[in-house]
Amino acid sequence: MLNQLLQLTVAGVAQGCVYALVALGFVLIYKATETVNFAQGDMMMLGAFFALTASVAMGWPYWATILFAIAVMAVVGMVLERVVLRPVLGQPAFTVVMITIGVGYVLRGVVTMVPGWGSDTFTLPTPFSEGVLKLGPIIFAVQQVAVIAMTSALCLVLYLFFRYSKLGVAMQATSQNQLAAAYMGIPVRRVNMLVWGLSASVATFAGILLAPVTFVHSNMGFIGLKAFPAAVVGGFGSVPGAIVGGLIIGLVEALAGFYLPEGFKDVAAYVVVLIVLLIKPSGIFGETARKKV
Amino acid sequence: MRFLFKTDYDQDIRLFKHSGQVFWYSLLVAVLLAVPYLLDEYLMSQMHFVLIYSIVGLGLMLLVGFTGQISLGHAAFLAVGAYTEALMQARGIPFFISLPSAALFAAALGLIVGLPALRLKGIYLAIATLAFNVIVEEVITRWESLTGGNSGRHLKAIELFGIKLDTDASFYYLCLGLTIVSIVALMNLLRSPTGRAFVAIRDSEISASCMGVNLATYKTLSFAISAALTGIGGALYAHKVTFISPEQFTLLQSIELVTIVILGGVGSIHGAVLGAAFLIVLPQLIAVAKDYLPSNVAGSGLQAVVFGLVLISFIVFEPLGLYGRWLKVRTWFELFPFYRKGMFRRQKSYMKSERLR
Repeated sequence: MLNQLLQLTVAGVAQGCVYALVALGFVLIYKATETVNFAQGDMMMLGAFFALTASVAMGWPYWATILFAIAVMAVVGMVLERVVLRPVLGQPAFTVVMITIGVGYVLRGVVTMVPGWGSDTFTLPTPFSEGVLKLGPIIFAVQQVAVIAMTSALCLVLYLFFRYSKLGVAMQATSQNQLAAAYMGIPVRRVNMLVWGLSASVATFAGILLAPVTFVHSNMGFIGLKAFPAAVVGGFGSVPGAIVGGLIIGLVEALAGFYLPEGFKDVAAYVVVLIVLLIKPSGIFGETARKKV
Repeated sequence: MRFLFKTDYDQDIRLFKHSGQVFWYSLLVAVLLAVPYLLDEYLMSQMHFVLIYSIVGLGLMLLVGFTGQISLGHAAFLAVGAYTEALMQARGIPFFISLPSAALFAAALGLIVGLPALRLKGIYLAIATLAFNVIVEEVITRWESLTGGNSGRHLKAIELFGIKLDTDASFYYLCLGLTIVSIVALMNLLRSPTGRAFVAIRDSEISASCMGVNLATYKTLSFAISAALTGIGGALYAHKVTFISPEQFTLLQSIELVTIVILGGVGSIHGAVLGAAFLIVLPQLIAVAKDYLPSNVAGSGLQAVVFGLVLISFIVFEPLGLYGRWLKVRTWFELFPFYRKGMFRRQKSYMKSERLR
């Protein structure tokens, strides 16, 4: 009974890690540009396809694949910001949401047109076998443990980046107050472009981690929709909140899938988000703020 | 060029601004009435869809374009309308009762969704409605005893006061009538104090509430009316496709409905109809274009790409939508040769921060 709960927890946390990384991508962009990027899931999907190409078509090792996909997607993210998002800066939030939805459609469609990608389902080879890890009576899948470990590693890297690198501090400054950042000599627009690149990279990482679970196909980006609840539960503008929110959603889903009747698993995330929105719209880590006229 | 000299306050809220409009709209209605005699079966079917989506577009336009609230969950209202109609017809309840009930049920659900809208703004509202949409879809899938689950429900032709509306033309006239009634109702609503309150909320919630507009009442009212129109659209949709199942009312459907508003032009009644027509015509054009494209491009993804590109380019290049484009073209001809490029340019807009510090 307890063992089962522990196993479910690990499975939930592993799934939650993916949600957390996608949500992290949302939050990075939201904090920097106040744009909610509905194409985050599709960027994740595109990143997974790049990894697939590097891994299967070019035969690169897993680690090189990850770096390649991340680098390519960083460029894609920056180009997207420059070409599509910057012209509509300053328009109402809803318009910008619709444009990112449009971007999502285009990415989903383009993937099916590229030779070698198409609308089929692919497997991304990983070094983590289907093996299991026995810890006393509890059995973990190596896959899940690897996902959790890699997510933790990425979070540590991101933390160090934001804490100690010049660019990371500049990104923090920009997201806190654009005007003040500009006065301090930070090129705000360029930083925002880089934030998009970073966010696309994080999404790619999530896509690669997700690939063994859902396989790689053009609609895998829809899982990004579950990352919205994650971001909201954590508090939309908070980076640690995104991680915690993702884990919560993953856990709730795993537990609901096991203990509640069929059908609850798919809606659990949305029920949770509705409850959070009703009780505390600013989320767990969000600041409650008052509008000044 | 026509100059309107206003000599009366009534002129500001008249349905027809001048006699020219009376003439042109009467002509339009006359042409629309003649349509069944002019078009073949396939095009008639497309006309049905245009009219149905127009009604839904009107509902969404009221909410998004005139009240400034976001909804990514309108497919849920469409579903409620469709299923209410299907279930009531199966129990032998006549159409003139089941159609208003479809609207009422959808409106009741709209009231429920409207409640969180009191506390949530912008993106939070979008996510709340999105969540609502997913939940409703799942409920429909799982509540098999009522909705038939994934195997869906079938509908028969409408019977109105003993007359069976099973021909293309009769169903077309029903849709046309309901569309016109909806448009006139919406125009009347928008020139009433209620409508002005909606627009005030859209432009600034704070100033609206300072002017004595009760935000709670009017926001929920807007959600309810919008949902009711969508419910009517849903009932007609159910009869049009004669088979409804949960996968017709997904989030993607909601997004498509919102694009009606964006493509047509946010904040114009014409826009709702133009957007609906565009949304129906677009897949036809893509189907035609497919024959001329290489096979790997003309696959299943083409529609998504074109749809996305259209959406992006409209927002970037023509934020006023199709109706805005039409206004520009008309002004160009009216003022020829004095049209200037910047006549419709919006004021320079600055980033409005929703973050509060």
